[in-house]
Parts: sequence; C-alpha cells; structure tokens
Amino acid sequence: MSGGAAGPDPTARAHAAGPDPRGRTGPGTGAATGGPGTGAATGGPGTGSRELILSRIRAAVAGAPEPGITRAYRTSPDQAGAVELFAERVADYRAVVHVVDADEVAGAITAALGRRAAGRVVVPDGLPEEWARAVRSAVEAGAVPLGRGTSGAGAAAIMRDAPALSAAELDAADGVVTSCAVGIAETGTIVLDAGPGQGRRALTLVPDYHLCVVRADQIVAGVPEAVGRLDPLRPLTWISGPSATSDIELNRVEGVHGPRTLEVVIAR
Amino acid sequence: MSGGTFLGMPAFPRNAAAAVQDSQLRFNLRKATHTIRGKRASVVAELPDWAELRAAGKEIKDHTLRNLDRYLLQLEEAVTAAGGHVHWAADAAEANRIVADLVKATGETSVVKVKSMATQEIGLNEALQEEGITAYETDLAELIVQLGDDWPSHILVPAIHRNRSEIREIFQEKMASYGRAAPEGLTDEPRALAEAARLHLRERFLSTKVAVSGANFMIAETGTLVVLESEGNGRMCLTLPETLISVVGIEKLLPSWRDLEVFLQLLPRSSTGERMNPYTSTWTGAVEGQEFHLVLLDNGRTRVLADEVGRQALRCIRCSACLNVCPVYERAGGHAYGSVYPGPIGAILTPQLRGMGSALDASLPYASTLCGACFDACPVAIDIPEVLVHLRGKARHPRAERLGMRAAGWVFDRPARLAGAQRLGARLRRFVPGRLPGPLAGWTDTRDIPDIPAESFRDWWDRTDGGAR
Ligand code: SF4
Repeated sequence: MSGGAAGPDPTARAHAAGPDPRGRTGPGTGAATGGPGTGAATGGPGTGSRELILSRIRAAVAGAPEPGITRAYRTSPDQAGAVELFAERVADYRAVVHVVDADEVAGAITAALGRRAAGRVVVPDGLPEEWARAVRSAVEAGAVPLGRGTSGAGAAAIMRDAPALSAAELDAADGVVTSCAVGIAETGTIVLDAGPGQGRRALTLVPDYHLCVVRADQIVAGVPEAVGRLDPLRPLTWISGPSATSDIELNRVEGVHGPRTLEVVIAR
Repeated sequence: MSGGTFLGMPAFPRNAAAAVQDSQLRFNLRKATHTIRGKRASVVAELPDWAELRAAGKEIKDHTLRNLDRYLLQLEEAVTAAGGHVHWAADAAEANRIVADLVKATGETSVVKVKSMATQEIGLNEALQEEGITAYETDLAELIVQLGDDWPSHILVPAIHRNRSEIREIFQEKMASYGRAAPEGLTDEPRALAEAARLHLRERFLSTKVAVSGANFMIAETGTLVVLESEGNGRMCLTLPETLISVVGIEKLLPSWRDLEVFLQLLPRSSTGERMNPYTSTWTGAVEGQEFHLVLLDNGRTRVLADEVGRQALRCIRCSACLNVCPVYERAGGHAYGSVYPGPIGAILTPQLRGMGSALDASLPYASTLCGACFDACPVAIDIPEVLVHLRGKARHPRAERLGMRAAGWVFDRPARLAGAQRLGARLRRFVPGRLPGPLAGWTDTRDIPDIPAESFRDWWDRTDGGAR
C-alpha cells in the first residue's frame, strides 16, 4: 500500500447506533402525512417531488384490492442438531471450522493464530478476557514482526480500537479476533452486530484474516429466528464464508476485498 | 426519462441477430446460465417450504405496493429519526442533480460505487462526470465493464460476456489510467486477476470519502437499508467513507423488519444459488459517525404501478433467476435488450419504465417465446408471460402487419372466401418465393414459408367424403 494514503479515520465511534429502544413515535420530519396537495415550498429541495410522487402513487393504486399476507413458511425449524449443521454449512463455504468444548476455546484461538504466524492482531473492546489473553500469548509466542505495516509499526502487537484505528492501520494488521451475535445453522451464517467483542464494522473487514468464536447458545436453526433475535437499529454484518467472486468466467475465487480467510471456532 | 448509455439502440431483433453470431458470448452465457440454474435448483429443493416463502414474498410485495405512499412516509420518518436525510427524486435528472449536489457539498471530486442497477438506470456516472465528479465502480465485474468502456450483460454477473484473456488485456491497458496499475506479468488466472483488482481498489477504498450505493431492501418500520453482496466491496463502500449516499427505487420497500426473514431466504438462493451470499450489510440512518443520505427514486415506477397487469413487475427483487432459465436470453445475451435490465424482467420492465415510444422498447415484449420458465423460476411469482402478452397488445404494430391482419380477417371471415383463397394458393404454389418481398420480408427473414399442399383439406374432404371413397 502506498504509505499512509488514508489519514486518520474519523468514522470511528464504536457502535454509535447505541441502545436506543425500538418503539419511536415522534415525528422526524415535521412534514409527514399532509396528504396530496399539501403543496410545495416547505423547505429543502425535492419537497415538490415528494408530494408529486405520493400523489402519483395514490392515483395509481386507487381502488386496487388490499392483498393479505399468509405466513405459512417455517418459523421455528427443528433446533436439534443445529450446532452440527452450522459447523457443516460454514465449512461448505470453505471457511476453516473447529468445534471445541467451551474450556478449549482459548487454546483453539492460540493455536489458530500460531498457524497463521499472525503478529499484529486486532482485539475489539469487550472480547472475553480469557480469549484476549489467548490472543496475547499467541502474539507473544510467535512474535513475528512482519514489517508490512506503516513506518515503524511492524512489530508484533495486540491492536486495540481505542483510540480508533485508522483504515491504514487496520490494513497493516494480520487479522482480527471477534465474538458474534447470532449463528444460523441452515445457512451457515454468522451475524455481527457491533456489540461487545465485535467492534465497529471496519475491524472485521479490512484485515485479511478473521477468527470468529461462536457459542452454541448463539446458534439458531433458521433465518426467521435470527431476524427475531437481532436489533435492526444496530449496524449488522451477515457473513457466510470468506468474500468471494465468480465474475471471471464464473470461476469461484475466494477472497476479494473482505478477509480472504475466515476461521470459525464453535464452542459446544 | 433517461436511458443513459442505451438510448438510440436498434430494436431487439437486430441486436439479437448480431449477438447470436458471437460464439464466445454464447458459450459463456450457456455455461453461466446453466451452472447457476443447477445450483439454484439444488438449494431451492433443500427448503421444504419454498412454495410458502414464495407466496409470502409475493403477498408482502403486493401489500407494500398497495400501500406504498403510507410506507414511504413511515420510512422517511424512521430514517430521519435515526439521523439520516431523505430526498425524493421524481425522475433521473432530479436524482442525478441531488447526488451531484450532495457530493459537491463535501468538496470531493470522486466517489466509490457499489454495483447498483438504479444508478445505472439513471445514468448517474455520466451525469456526475459532467459535473467534474469521477465515479469508480468497485464490483469486480462492474470494474471490468467500466475499464473496458462497455455495457453490463447480466444482472448478477455483468461481465459474463468477457473471457479471462480479454479481462487481463483490459486490466493491463486501462488500470493505470484509473489508479494503481496492473501488476507486472499479470496472468489470466482468475485468482491473479481478482488479486489485481483487490490491489487496484484497496487504496481507493481507504482514501475515498464519499460512497454511492443502491439497496436491495428498505424497511419502513425501522428505516433500515439492506445490501447483499459477495466480494466485500459493498462493505468497503458502506463502512469506510465519511458520507454515504444511497439511491433506491421506491419499490424496494418492505413494511417490517420481520419481512426480511422471507426475502433473505428467497434472494440468495434464487440469485447465486447459494444458501446465503457471503456478505449482507444492514444499517439504520447515520451509523458509526457516518453522514447518510437516502434518495428515493420514482423515474417511471409510479407509471408502472398504475397498470393493473404490469404493476407486478415492481415486485422484482433483481435476482436474475428469470435470465438464467430463458432460452432467448441464453442465445441473445444481455446487450440485445438495450437496457440495464436484460432478460425476461427487462422485457417487461424497460418498456413500462420508459414507455414504448422507441422501436427498441416496443420490440422488447416480443423478445420471448412465452414458454413460462421465467414465471416458474421467479421467487416473487411475477407472471412475466402475462405481462408480455398484455404489453404486446399495447405496442403499436407496424403498418404492413396491420394491413396483413386486416386482409387475413376478411378472408377468414367467410368460409367461401377461405376456400377460394386456398384453391388460388394451390394453383399458384409453384410461384411462391422462399422470401417474401417488401415489408413482408420481415416475416420470412426468421421463418420458412410452409409448403402449400396441392389440395386443401376441405377440398380433399369433399372429394373423398371424409376419406370413405
Ligand atoms: S422477475 Fe423474478 S426472477 Fe426475474 S429478476 Fe425479478 S424477481 Fe428475479
């Protein structure tokens, strides 16, 4: 990377979406619901088009029947065997998968980072202390200064996102270790919600390697349960395998812009 | 109405006739459509409740369209409450102007883009160029298309008409003038080409301050936007820049957060034939310190909505399943449709969005055999053949065809006239040419004239008393 092209990254505050509760009723715009003919000229550009589009819609659907919605699809598939299915489906995307007992997670983290010889690893706030220690011991044991970072920043280290790491600093990291919010068995999907142990979205995007720990109680059988568990007001990232493209003669190539390697440790 | 790069294209038959001569294109298309088709079929078969999901998808969309005004207002309120800004654009020109003004207000002169059909539809890149703003496509296929100064040919894999050696050539010749040059000694291995794109784009992602995206879904209840992708360029654009501008068609709305449980099952399986696409991002308003603008785009959609039969086209979630099963698309390719929306969905959406004024748009409803495969494949059950027939009825037919039909009507109207015409035909059959003259040649260009029998069935029946004699 041509050195330090990107300045410090001001998109920094960790999960700014915050915990504000779902039900909100207060009017946001002050403009709403006047019905057609409210006229233009209440302010910003596009006000006229707003009324125009709304009135075109009303004219277009006037008198059309009101369709009902039947939800006859499965909303709670069988939970039995969900952990095994999840492991199998994640592996289907050519991610590296380990299923271990809860007390073996730390060991699995150290071993995985050791295999990668990862010297500079991002650890988001709120990652369980035991896992963070496992990262530290891997980094110290390996202590491989890869020296591909920005000037003088090549030494092995744990990288904390406080103060916020710049995009260039993230680009110089060897990998990132996170927890997650939800795992979906049927599709082999991991969902991050920028909560504790996950950090803001860029942390799991820019580094080339992502190690994610999923607890058995976070795994649900299907997509409907996952949607039900997640908070739409948080920024979500659904991850199903490493990034991939099939744009060249339809040959699948793993790893374009996101992490090229995804490793998943599942704690039974 | 803007058609961007595609305006002035000749009608579908001429484009298609040229395209079917291109054997590389046909080979690539066949491979692509058949591969994706097979994968789709197997992951769809995995879900025991596919039919129920499809029915729910159709109904949710119909319900949303019926109440679109109400849900758009709800969306606007929710996005605004979450710190975003909402803009309304009645047509392409207005949308382009809004985006250009927003970019100028940041003081930047370049933007990164996530693949978005809506922004292609309105010709945003060209409009920004006129304002001195460069738009960089970041999807690998879109990059290939942009560097090759070309048009996309498939919704999902827009550069499927290019093979690896062409891509290598394009990268070697053009990358340098757009930013980081292609590596020395670049091979045509897909992995090497993808790596070249990764390196070329990474600097751009890390330094560009404004991004423009579309969205697959918008949730009225919460104000959430949803983008599905594979490569991670979407995440780069949605996450890293300080300002994000999303241009989204008004029909992309879903009423509630819960509705995603249906569409996140329907879309990936129908589109890439995967259980889930590698990355899906959702965000609500301004997040992680980013400035967020949503541009709601009409550009002909309310016109489509007003057509009782045609409005079902607005249910489309752009999965491209209908392209991959279409025998016409498989042979003619995406370019022949002369629009950003190719294949069966393009044949019904483009003429409705743009009106059927041009020869191209009027010819699109005929770019189909009405076999119905698209309807079966469509995850939101759009009856594409029904809309095609409906639009054929609305298209203006050429004068020769109308005259011919009137003459045929006169003959078929009376049995005596028909019998006379058949006898005349039988007597003159030696003189029937292989190719009809004048305007009638249009018919024989694509068909053989059937042999005229020496005796008509009616005459044979009369002469032999129904074969008894
Ligand atoms: S018409 Fe149906 S099958 Fe075709 S792209 Fe749209 S949703 Fe997919």
